[in-house]
Amino acid sequence: MTTLESVSRRPPPWRNVRVLRIAFQTAFVFAVALFALYLFANLVRNLDRLGIDTSFDYLSQPAGFAIPDSDFRSTEDLFAALLVGAKNTLFISLLGIFFATILGVVVGVARLSSNWLVRRTAALYVESLRNVPVLLIILFWYLGVLLQLPPIGRAVEWEVLVVSNRGLVGPGLRQTDDLLVLVVVAAAGMAVAAALWIWRTRRFDRTGEPHQRVLWSGGVLLGFLLVGYVAGGMPLAVSLPERGELATTGGFRLSPEYAALLLGLTLYTASHIAEIVRGSILSVPRGQTEAADAVGLSSFDRLRFVVLPQAFRVAIPPVGNQYLNLVKNSSLGVAIAFPEVTRITRITISQGGPAPQAIIVLMGVYLVFSLSISLVMNLINRRLALKGR
Amino acid sequence: MDTTTLEPLAVSERTPPKRGLPPRRWVKENLFSTWFNGILTVLLAAILGWALYKVARFVFVDARWEIIEVNVTNLLVFRFPREEFWRLWVALYVLAAAVGLGTGVAARLRGEEEREGRARSSAALTTLRRAAPLLAVVGVFLWFAKSPEGTVLVAGAAATWMAARAGGRYVPPRHARRAGAVVLLGVAASYLVVSAFGGVGWERWGGLLLTVFLAVGGIVISFPLGVLLALGRRSSLRAVRLVCVGYIELVRGVPLITILFLGAFMLGFFLPPGSDTPSLESRALVGLVLFTAAYVAEIVRGGLQSVPREQTEAAQALGLSPLKTTRLIVLPQALRAVIPALVGQFISLFKDTSLVFIIGLTELLAVSELITKQPEFLAQGLIIETLVFAGFVYWAGSYWMSRESQRLERRLGVGER
Repeated sequence: MTTLESVSRRPPPWRNVRVLRIAFQTAFVFAVALFALYLFANLVRNLDRLGIDTSFDYLSQPAGFAIPDSDFRSTEDLFAALLVGAKNTLFISLLGIFFATILGVVVGVARLSSNWLVRRTAALYVESLRNVPVLLIILFWYLGVLLQLPPIGRAVEWEVLVVSNRGLVGPGLRQTDDLLVLVVVAAAGMAVAAALWIWRTRRFDRTGEPHQRVLWSGGVLLGFLLVGYVAGGMPLAVSLPERGELATTGGFRLSPEYAALLLGLTLYTASHIAEIVRGSILSVPRGQTEAADAVGLSSFDRLRFVVLPQAFRVAIPPVGNQYLNLVKNSSLGVAIAFPEVTRITRITISQGGPAPQAIIVLMGVYLVFSLSISLVMNLINRRLALKGR
Repeated sequence: MDTTTLEPLAVSERTPPKRGLPPRRWVKENLFSTWFNGILTVLLAAILGWALYKVARFVFVDARWEIIEVNVTNLLVFRFPREEFWRLWVALYVLAAAVGLGTGVAARLRGEEEREGRARSSAALTTLRRAAPLLAVVGVFLWFAKSPEGTVLVAGAAATWMAARAGGRYVPPRHARRAGAVVLLGVAASYLVVSAFGGVGWERWGGLLLTVFLAVGGIVISFPLGVLLALGRRSSLRAVRLVCVGYIELVRGVPLITILFLGAFMLGFFLPPGSDTPSLESRALVGLVLFTAAYVAEIVRGGLQSVPREQTEAAQALGLSPLKTTRLIVLPQALRAVIPALVGQFISLFKDTSLVFIIGLTELLAVSELITKQPEFLAQGLIIETLVFAGFVYWAGSYWMSRESQRLERRLGVGER
């Protein structure tokens, strides 16, 4: 046995854990930095050799390409083009999230139906779409269905709808006058509607009377919109599509690219969300359902007020992941020439733009989207999470 | 929709319908229990019937499957030189023997578990049903190939598999642990048969072969990387943790296609000036590996977190070094817990390999789009046939693997212990 003194003495540096930890971390950071530096040095030398600029100045050069279904002209700069692309990515992602959530919840609930046929149909939907690449689904809709529609000369016309391989055109709105008054009145209406919503909810919490907030808020908003429309001099008119030789004019046009990407993303993501919804409904304790039955709730009310609220609490983190996947999968628009941000980057690179900077910008855009969605989902999660435990 | 009336809950609503239920009662309870369910059933049956008629009519009458018949070889291997096909067949036989041996050993171990009452026995029919999606794919390919030699050779490979499986049952238990190594060796050997000794490197592979190669290569190479990243993320050293977290979150925040662009357009720039740029196939593989490693890392991290702290403490009490604690105590338990999730990642990688189509590789999806541009099939709308066919192959592969992974999950008792 060694003396107490020798135990308490500090160990030599090569056996001192604290020293070793610092030494190892320093060596690790050094190695990583060296590797990164090596890659970067190679990159700079290679770019130099090829005469490619390493700055981000290319963003202010004229784009040289036009973007369909937008006001973008080829003389505007690449930065503006990227903004249009990011806007397209954002809108198609939000629409996809909206539809995929609805479809996913419906299918997920249907998978647990007491009706055998409904149950099996939902299972068929989930199992067939979940196991196929999303790119294949998008290409199928685009190449297999939408582009196979008759050309514009032989377009199918149903009353106000014109269906051809150039897209689906229906009635739209046309601006005929200044929109300012309408926008201001509509904004005021929304504020009043929101206030009403909160008031009705509070009242319901206090007294238990039926809140009917949808009726109250919706009615008020509608009233405001009508007043604003008349007061603003009826600035909007319905525009019906008219078929020309090569294109339709007027109306609202849904391009085949947009429709295919939206359909593919929605159907694919919904099949994943359905599985999550099913799992989280199953995770609601049986006693809750039985208690709802005992209180005398109808089967719809049981689902609406007892089962789904508890299931959603479980479902939110994985569904948030699916939303992230949907945003990332929207980059597959590049395969069918839908002008989202990846497509714009692809065009930039193929036109001789610097690939490294273009890809860094592209990754940055997606990181911003991903982080914002994570943030929103975390906020919702925090609001809905059980408190006090 | 789930519906219940306020009558006292019938027994049939609490328990799954029994097989013995008389047909009339079964229909009443499962299809027409309420008027709402009745309407739903009738509506859905009408829609489904119509859809089924349309699909069946397309598959058996309207579809022009000649395009698949002519292009079976293209869909399977695309540019692979035809005079080197014997290598693929030899590789298939090597693979069949190795995998057969492995499954034989596994079957024996399972047999022992059954005897000890730890597992339920399964009939031969279950085995056949489990492999049904794969058999369907092979059958469909052979049907379209209409080649007697091909059929005989595939039957031979199946026979080899069965013989090896029977042989594997006689491997003494003390060697059973090496079965996994034998299977890996078989995979490596079959790869060498195809590519080494004047063979065909992967830059000339295509079709389904390339799809499977990218998926298997991607998961195999990214696995060790992912484990390292996961360990790094759980490390107590802040610098290591930061670097690993940064990498994982960066990669998980961007779509796969941007990483593939990175590989396709930029990988050449990162190499020392003057060196040859690797083939597009290799660059795509690098992209897939970099991407998958981050996801594998997150899966493995979940496994590491599931290992109770006491395990590490016990190992430390025994005097094991940190390295040995990780290697002998923590990792085996962690990896065992995440096998099903890893299979899930493999499935999504299998589906995601279709994205290399966008950077110009000719894997299954790209070939099925390319063949519609052949002069004899141009502009006839045959893309529906080829995409349905490719979709079926993807579907069968993924569905089979997801079923197997669920089975594995039950067997390993994940979430039960």
